[in-house]
Amino acid sequence: MSKHNNILTKFKNMPVDGMTKTLIVAITLCLVCSMVVSFAAVNLKEVQEANKSIDKQKNILQVAGLYYEGIDVKKSFSSFEPIVVDLNQGTFTNRFDPLTFDDRKAAQDPELSISLKEDPASIGRRTNFATVYLLKKEDGSLDKIILPIHGYGLWSTLYGFIALEKNGNDIFGLQFYQHAETPGLGAEVDNPKWKAQWKGKKLNNGNGELMITVAKTKKYKEHHIDALAGATLTSNGVDNLVKFWMGEAGFKKFLKNLQNGAA
Amino acid sequence: MSQTRKELLIDPLVDNNPITLQVLGICSALAVTSSLNVAFVMSLAVIAVCGFSSLFISFLRHYIPNSIRIIVQMVIIASLVILVDQIIKAYAYEISKTLSVFVGLIITNCIVMGRAEAFAMKNKPFESFVDGVGNGLGYSLLLMSVGVIRELFGSGSLFGVMIFEPVSNGGWYVPNGLLLLPPSAFFIIGFIIWGVRTWKKSQVEAREYKIQTLEEH
Repeated sequence: MSKHNNILTKFKNMPVDGMTKTLIVAITLCLVCSMVVSFAAVNLKEVQEANKSIDKQKNILQVAGLYYEGIDVKKSFSSFEPIVVDLNQGTFTNRFDPLTFDDRKAAQDPELSISLKEDPASIGRRTNFATVYLLKKEDGSLDKIILPIHGYGLWSTLYGFIALEKNGNDIFGLQFYQHAETPGLGAEVDNPKWKAQWKGKKLNNGNGELMITVAKTKKYKEHHIDALAGATLTSNGVDNLVKFWMGEAGFKKFLKNLQNGAA
Repeated sequence: MSQTRKELLIDPLVDNNPITLQVLGICSALAVTSSLNVAFVMSLAVIAVCGFSSLFISFLRHYIPNSIRIIVQMVIIASLVILVDQIIKAYAYEISKTLSVFVGLIITNCIVMGRAEAFAMKNKPFESFVDGVGNGLGYSLLLMSVGVIRELFGSGSLFGVMIFEPVSNGGWYVPNGLLLLPPSAFFIIGFIIWGVRTWKKSQVEAREYKIQTLEEH
């Protein structure tokens, strides 16, 4: 004990600006602070991860029109079946566990993704495998198909979901859960009124050609979404990304197979 | 210091407000005031960081070598900010998405560093804590006032509760989009500073120069 006291008094008596004391203070402080920070990070990680997955589930519920204030997200989400789709084959795959598979990570992995030559959505690489969510009715038949989409707007990559009716052609809704577009202009992609336009629009025409368009001028009523006023670049971005993900490089093959029962 | 603890807490609210008088911490005030929920969480974060960083720095003030004092202050402030950031991410996830980078930027908020350097390094721990909280409150007061103006006139709501029904939802109010963009906060803060200095003449800074007249030459 007395020895311990000695060290303390010795430390106290050191000149404040001396080399030794400076080093001791710096090292101790760094150790203590890093311990506090890592303790917090490790202990709160579980809650944060849970928040993230609930947030994603909430967005899937919203795009499927099932979300309302105060809903039990986890319970309602159980009517969805997450499943991984092989985009090149257009079929379901059980290579990955859909609960843990991370599309965004896969898009960075050269073995699980391709580099795009034609890249209208400006995403660089496209994952070969994507997690889709199938909403089943109580009798087990397919009700809605929720597909993940993303692409570049004006300032940021917009991440979202598009919900399709079971025929794979009628749009039920579209929702972005992550973006950093200008509030009041591009961020109006979150405006319920604008989002409501998507409902009932058709992706393809009778010949199976992709027709859906976000534009100022109306050409084909059932394929047309009014662009956002004052947000041309964000609207173009949404147009491009929807066309990309609903096209041949995206989910078109899968949607076709799903209709033919070949998925 | 001859100030009582109460004065330490009350003074920074109006008489010595860190934003209106010292014009510190403007950048974050521009970024997080477009909605009150966000401004409120940001305020709490700044109050906590400012108070506790002053407390810890004041505890250590006799042991902090002068040559590395700024780094020591930064390490303490940064650790607290990360702590706050992690807690917000865990318990207020929605808001943390809008606050994003700005919680992290509390580290560089001049108010926190300013109080550490100007007050906590020379005063007792409890007084420093009160001073830190007071300055945090002063910052919050301004943040909330700017937030009320921006959210009410920019989107017609307060704390997300609709006050003026905007036209896009079938109401009568045409929201002023400019107020949702950061530059509007510049104007509002400018007007508030003007107002406060008209009300309290002692806050007007003395001129550093004298205008010469030609005749004197």
